[in-house]
This record gives sequence, C-alpha cells and structure tokens, in this order.
Amino acid sequence: MKKDIILAGVGGQGILSIAAIIGYAAVQSDLFLKQAEVHGMSQRGGDVQSNLRLSDKPIASDLIPHGKADMILSVEPMESLRYLPFLNPEGWLVTNTKPFINIPNYPAEEDIMAEVKKLPHHVALDAEAIATELGTVKAANMVMLGAASPFLGLEYEKLKDAIRFFFGKKGQDLVDLNLKALEAGREFTNKNMN
Amino acid sequence: MQKQLLLGDEAIAQGAIDAGLSGIYAYPGTPSTEITQYVIDSKEAKEKGIVATWTANEKTSAEAALGVSYAGKRAMVCMKHVGLNVAADAFINSSITGANGGIIFVVADDPSMHSSQNEQDSRFYGKFAMIPILEPADQQEAYDMVHYGFDLSEKYQVPVMLRITTRLAHSRAGVARKASKDQNKLKLPDNFRQFILLPANARKQYKTLLNNQTHFEQEAENSDFNIFMDGKDKSMGIIACGLAYNYLMENYPDRNVPYPVLKVSQYPAPKKQIEKLYNECESILVLEEGYPILEELLRGLLNNGKQIKGRLDGTIPRDGELNPVIVAKALGFNIPELREIPSLVTGRPPSLCKGCPHIDSYFGLNEALEKYGKGRVFSDIGCYTLGALQPYDAINTCVDMGASITMAKGAADAGLKPAVAVIGDSTFTHSGITGLLDAVNDKSSITVIILDNATTGMTGGQPSSALGKIEDICRGIGVEEEHIRIIKPLPKKHEENLKIFEEEIAYEGVSVIIPRRECIQTLNKRMRDKFKAKQKAEAEKQ
Repeated sequence: MKKDIILAGVGGQGILSIAAIIGYAAVQSDLFLKQAEVHGMSQRGGDVQSNLRLSDKPIASDLIPHGKADMILSVEPMESLRYLPFLNPEGWLVTNTKPFINIPNYPAEEDIMAEVKKLPHHVALDAEAIATELGTVKAANMVMLGAASPFLGLEYEKLKDAIRFFFGKKGQDLVDLNLKALEAGREFTNKNMN
Repeated sequence: MQKQLLLGDEAIAQGAIDAGLSGIYAYPGTPSTEITQYVIDSKEAKEKGIVATWTANEKTSAEAALGVSYAGKRAMVCMKHVGLNVAADAFINSSITGANGGIIFVVADDPSMHSSQNEQDSRFYGKFAMIPILEPADQQEAYDMVHYGFDLSEKYQVPVMLRITTRLAHSRAGVARKASKDQNKLKLPDNFRQFILLPANARKQYKTLLNNQTHFEQEAENSDFNIFMDGKDKSMGIIACGLAYNYLMENYPDRNVPYPVLKVSQYPAPKKQIEKLYNECESILVLEEGYPILEELLRGLLNNGKQIKGRLDGTIPRDGELNPVIVAKALGFNIPELREIPSLVTGRPPSLCKGCPHIDSYFGLNEALEKYGKGRVFSDIGCYTLGALQPYDAINTCVDMGASITMAKGAADAGLKPAVAVIGDSTFTHSGITGLLDAVNDKSSITVIILDNATTGMTGGQPSSALGKIEDICRGIGVEEEHIRIIKPLPKKHEENLKIFEEEIAYEGVSVIIPRRECIQTLNKRMRDKFKAKQKAEAEKQ
C-alpha cells in the first residue's frame, strides 16, 4: 500500500487539520508516514501545500516526486490546479469549488471548473454549502476529507476514530457534526465519481 | 514505545529534552522556530526544570547557551541560517573556548529561500569554526543526533553544529525515543583559563582545536551516520549528504542502488571513505542540499582529476533545494511527460492580514511621502516587509535585521532627505537600537517608524523583547522627547496620523513614530482563548 497525496489551499484555510487526521489514522493503521508542511511567510494568505505520503514500507523522500501523486486534495479550486504536474496520469483530483478570492486577478470560476473537468478523474463539490447545511461552515474541511476518503487507502472506520480523537475534547456535539460532514463528503463522491 | 509523529524541528527538541538538556535559547526564525517553541510548550521540559526562552537576538542566545555550557550543563541554541551571521562572533569564538557542558548550535538553512533573503549553507560556518557538523537525513536521525552530539561535544569539549534544512525542519515522520537522561550537575571548568580568550590563552586553546581535527575526522570515519554502501556498477560513485540521501533512495524503490554510495551525515568529511569511493569509481556524483561544498573540495581548484558531477558542472541546478526529480535527472533517468499548470493559475503571494495595523501605517506613510517622491523608505525583516507588494508598494529595502535604521542614516548622510526607516518592535530590539544610537550621536536627519504590534508576528506570535520598553529605550539613547510620537494605526485615525507623519518627516533630526496596535492574529487568538476560558468557567459553575 502506498498513497501520495498533495493537500492544497490558501494559508489560513486549515489544510493541516486535514493532514493531522489522515496522519493519525495512518499511524493507527500501522503505516509509515511522511508529511511535509509549509510554515512561515506563505501562511499569510499565500498558496500553501502539504505533501502527505503513506506506505506500508519505509518512505525515503519527504517530497512527492513530480508525476507520482495519487491524489490532489484541495480546499480551493484554483489551488487544485497549481499542483497538476505532480499528479500521476491515473490520479484523482478532489476539490472544493468555493473560491477563496484574496487577489485582484482571480480567474473566472467557470474557466477553473473547465480545467478541472478536463481531468479523467475528478470530484468537485461545494464543501462549504454542504457544511453550512449540516450546521456550520467550519466543518467544510471534514466534508472535503470525506470526499477524498474513498481514495485514501485507509479504512473508513480509522478516519472516524481519528475525528473522535481530535474533536473528542471539544464535546460530543462537535464529534457528531464532523462525522456527519465526513459522511456527507463521502456520499457525494460515491454518487458523483467522474 | 509507539513512535511519535514529529516535525524534524520537534524531533530535535524532544531529543534535547531526553538527552539531559538544561537550557535552550533562540530568536524565532523560519524554519527553526518550532524547536524552541516545542520545548517552551513541553510539560515534560517544565517538570524537568529546563530553561527555554526567546531572547533579544541570536547572539545573546548563543552567549547564554555558552554560559550554560561553562556551568557544566547541556545547552542548545537554535537559529535560522542568517541568524548565525548575527551569532557568528559568539559561534566562532566558542570553538576556541571550547565547551564544558555539551553545547549544540542548531542551524536551519533555507535553500530555495522559502522564507529568507539568501540560501547560505551553514556547513561553511561549521568548517570555518573547525567543529564537528551533524546533518541528519531524516527525523529519526535528527532525534538521535542530539544525543550523540551532546556526547561528542563533551568528549572533546567542543561545540557541535547540527545543520538541517527547511524540508526536514517542517516535515513530520515517526520518531522512536530513547531513555531519558538526567541533567548534568553544576560543574565549573577544570581549567579556569579555558574561557579567557586573552591572546596567550587563545593561542593555546586554538592549538587544542587544531590538534583535535584528526580526532574529529576519525569520529566521522567511524560514525554510524556515515555509511558506505557497495555497488556493482563502478562507472559512478555517489556521495549523498544529509537529506539528499532520501532523494537518491526515492529513485530506487527497493533501495538497490547499482552504484557505490557514500551517505555523509557527519563532518569533517570522512576522507578515507571518500578516497575509497574515488579510487573505485570512474566518476563521482555529489548530491548536497545547499552549496556545493564537498563537490568543490573534490574538484579542487584545477579540476584535473576524475569527472565530478554536481552543481558546478550543471548536472544539478546551481541554486535551490533538491527534489526527487532533480536527482532522477542527475542519475540519468527519463522523466515522463508531466501535466502542465493551466495558464489561468495566477500567483498568490502572501499578504498582510485583514485588519493588520501595518496596513494603516503604510497608507499614512505613503501619503505623507507623496510630495517628496518615491525611493526613500528603508525597511526591515518581518510581516511588514510585505509592504513591498501591491497595493502598498511602500518600502525600498529589506536586507538584514536592523538595516533599516542604519541604511536610512547612511542615505541621509549622503544627502537623501527625508530618509525614513520602517522597523518592527521585535526587530528593533533584535538589532535596531545600536543603529538608532549612531543616528542620535550624529544628529542624522531620519524618521524611524517602529511598528509596534506587540509580538514577533511573522514566525507565529512569539513574545517581543521590546514589549512596553520602546519609548524608554528611545528616550534613554537620546531621542528628543517631543520627537517620540505614539499613534494608533486605525482607518478612522488616518487624518490625525497623517499630520504626525508629515510633521516628523519634515523635522531635521532624529524622530521616532511608534504606530501601536496589537497584531490581529495574536489579538484574535487571545480573544478565542478568553472566550474558551469563559465557557469553561461557566460549564464548571453549572
């Protein structure tokens, strides 16, 4: 088992919270893991990514080689395209469709979606709308994780355990809400796999 | 014990806690910040009574650590690569005094300049100081090397450098811990002259350092971190330093490299092993995350030996960090065609946060300077360096910590009037005070704007040494009372602030304006924590 995942987004969108949950689930599944993060200047509203590598064998490089990523999981649509040179020919692109616009020359949304749809394997969903419907926009990242869950190579139950672990301190309500968000994302992918 | 998922930085911190550390000192700087932050936040470190603290700058950090070593205890000092420039005086001279308790200088380099102004390679400094250097390939080695490094430091009474780069610093992997050691007892140096670098003593101490070079080399030859792996194909031998070893191995999923490989993670370079590789192979490929240091040594000035491939002959780009694909190309592998980034994808540079006080300061300053024309704002290092970007376009320089004030002074001396310096509160106490003193002594005509957001913002909101002290410092070094102006940078105060900017910029002498408003990030965090505490208190009442 070996999965190379690029997490993408904008500084402040919380992609590291997704990484932390996958990471915990991977460790609980006795897998090796390497996860390269971006700290420092870029975190101030710039483009950020995290290279997440899971494997049942020891992992050499902290960085995913170009053309080898099994998935790009992006919480922002334009950012999902920035890392295409890393995606392998059969890889999946899973992206949120809600743009984060903090630059004056942000491209037209329909142009971005047209590029996303060119890919043989993609899932695009408005995670914020789904999360808002469930009760809070804050659960959008868990919707995205749910949407990516069929491609992670991890047992779904392990992801749920990881959510219980991370949100447990904050009360059962929040655990339930995030589990629902995870499920909603997963359901979307299962219905709309392209 | 189950492995812990740790950043390279955190592995070093945990290693230090477990290896009997007594004191750790640092000034925050990407990518080194998380080492000291981890120890500061560690409950275990608190229970063990470890001193963990942010200091005014890297030089004061290094000297405090050397003091801990003098007292016989284990000390660590952490910095980013350019921080070592600031600490260089203490660093180089500590190689002459030597150590008593173990001391490790952790230096985090930033090839590709993700968050820095250059990509200098700290191994040069280590070689310059003639001390052992450790360069881990992964998080586990980073952890293990702290234990080993302290022992090595105490064995030869010499400071040891632990050099990492951004990718290792900020990448997480599983780390297995060793048994925890007690701290050393207070024990003064056996020789009370060891730390007195009067020429007569320094000459003796220097000889000791020189005599130890063969021992350091021998340690590198015997080190478990330097590994010679034989290979059948002798057409090429590979030297892979530190992190570069991972990128090499990434290209051989079953780890069966056909060529002989020497993994180098401890310096001075293991000469005998390199000689064996050189003699056996027709050519040598050198993979280094940083400057071509070993490569240059191998080539020599005349480059009249065997073919040496690396950054100097174009096999690998001359600048920037390595990655698996760069190494694949150097190994002669074909790279499959990659997808391209669609042309509509635009850059998304970092920017000042919404509600950041610097925004209001820059809008005020820009307007006040309009009548003088562009090109007269000397700035410094911090979040406010983003004032170089649109829509502010407000600053003209960013060189090194503190250079804003002194460069403005020089430009004013040369006739540029008015000249303005923009510096943050934490950068001011790091390296700005002495420059301001120069300007006061010379009555230079400059306006110094000290952006006081009450924190070290860019690195994540560490406490600023300047907190509550800025006007007193300015007064104390002789800035005239009536030319120390404090303003509150807020949109609604724009007109009022603009007038103050204009008045002080027009003043021919040293004036200081202190725009004071808390960083929006630390403010939000404080409010969140307060809210949580209130919620908790209410829950307990019920």
